[in-house]
Amino acid sequence: MIPGPFSYHRPVTVADAVKLLSTLGDEARPLAGGHSLVPMMKLRLASPEHLVDLHGIAGLKGIRRDGNTIVIGAMTTQHELLASDEIGMSLPILDETVLLIADPQVRYRGTIGGNVANGDPGNDMPALMMTLGASYRLEGASGAREVAATEFYQGAYFTALEPGELLTAISIPVPAAGHGYAYEKLKRKVGDYATAAAAVVLTMAGGKVVTCKIGLTNLSETPLLAEDAAKVVIGTSLDPASLKKASAAAVAIMSPASDARGPVEYRKHVGGIMVTRALQRAAGRAR
Amino acid sequence: MAKTHVTMKVNGTEVEGLVEPRTLLVHFIRENLSLTGTHIGCETTHCGACTVDIDGMSVKSCTMFAVQAQGSDITTIEGVANADGSLSALQEGFRMMHGLQCGFCTPGMILRAQRLLKENPSPSEEEIRMGISGNICRCTGYQNIVKAIQYAAAKINGVEFREAAE
Repeated sequence: MIPGPFSYHRPVTVADAVKLLSTLGDEARPLAGGHSLVPMMKLRLASPEHLVDLHGIAGLKGIRRDGNTIVIGAMTTQHELLASDEIGMSLPILDETVLLIADPQVRYRGTIGGNVANGDPGNDMPALMMTLGASYRLEGASGAREVAATEFYQGAYFTALEPGELLTAISIPVPAAGHGYAYEKLKRKVGDYATAAAAVVLTMAGGKVVTCKIGLTNLSETPLLAEDAAKVVIGTSLDPASLKKASAAAVAIMSPASDARGPVEYRKHVGGIMVTRALQRAAGRAR
Repeated sequence: MAKTHVTMKVNGTEVEGLVEPRTLLVHFIRENLSLTGTHIGCETTHCGACTVDIDGMSVKSCTMFAVQAQGSDITTIEGVANADGSLSALQEGFRMMHGLQCGFCTPGMILRAQRLLKENPSPSEEEIRMGISGNICRCTGYQNIVKAIQYAAAKINGVEFREAAE
């Protein structure tokens, strides 16, 4: 399979990339790791006339700590996230989730920016970013703006990105020391998108939940933050009755598609189980 | 579509060619360079048959354009044997442990395993299985591929290879 013809551009600065994207308009697509876009182009489900390859822009790479925030350049690969001591110490849930994305080869090329910006409801990072309270830096011809992950996703493949804008960095507040975390993903095989997945970040004191965030992957057209489910467990010791209530509250907001991964009822059912397991495992890790 | 001039190092040799932007790296390797050991399997980034090593990374060469490999250092299956032409530890492992049947996935498996052993010289069985999880084999059931990689790891580390009891 061979993609349709396109012109190849390789800018070396964000300013040049943004200029290219805004001048070339709808027919141009930014190329990050390419592991979603290139297969789509080979299947002719995407035929951009211009590709703006972001690999030449050194400023889009890297992981740095800025006070209590971790800032990750959009072109940082999943492999680089796994290799980072800073991520391992401050954001261990990121490593746990990255290891469930695709396979080793894809993780050498796949980028965090591409994963969050593509708007694919099957991608794992978006729900995690909502759970962690992350925000995205979007740069366009008229300047830069920060958009919260919770405000970014509008529909399957529809995001807050305006034409000509580029997602350049992700800022994640470092969770409290001693927080518990878990990403539970049910998939048919290595490399598959989630049948259902849940992210949990919580803190506990005296055996009771103090704060809790729950994110859901591939259980709707967009990633979801299960706010009612999280409220249910605050102040509880995650006893069976509270877990059951939380799981039911999360299931209530799920609206997955019926596809090869299962019918709607099944995906909601296992979605509830992912929430329960993630809550339990996160609680076990909290100090 | 205008063609672009690309240069890169493949198996230690500087190569060049003219490619359309849409030319996939695997097509450049197979058709322009006539290195047909790199196989095209699924063409959709699942099977790993086209895996090559690029600048220290295992990459599915069907999911990258040749123009993106400009200036890079690539190893394909044609470049893994020892300098004197003898089999590398991994090639020997695949031979001794019967790590292949039809052989279609083998070039990708060996390139991936080579990078895995560089990053983790003594992987556990589970780490090997996760490490090759982007490479699909439809013949062996993976059992002997895992043994082949264990054999190579032992040889590289200079220790005696003991097959785990089944």
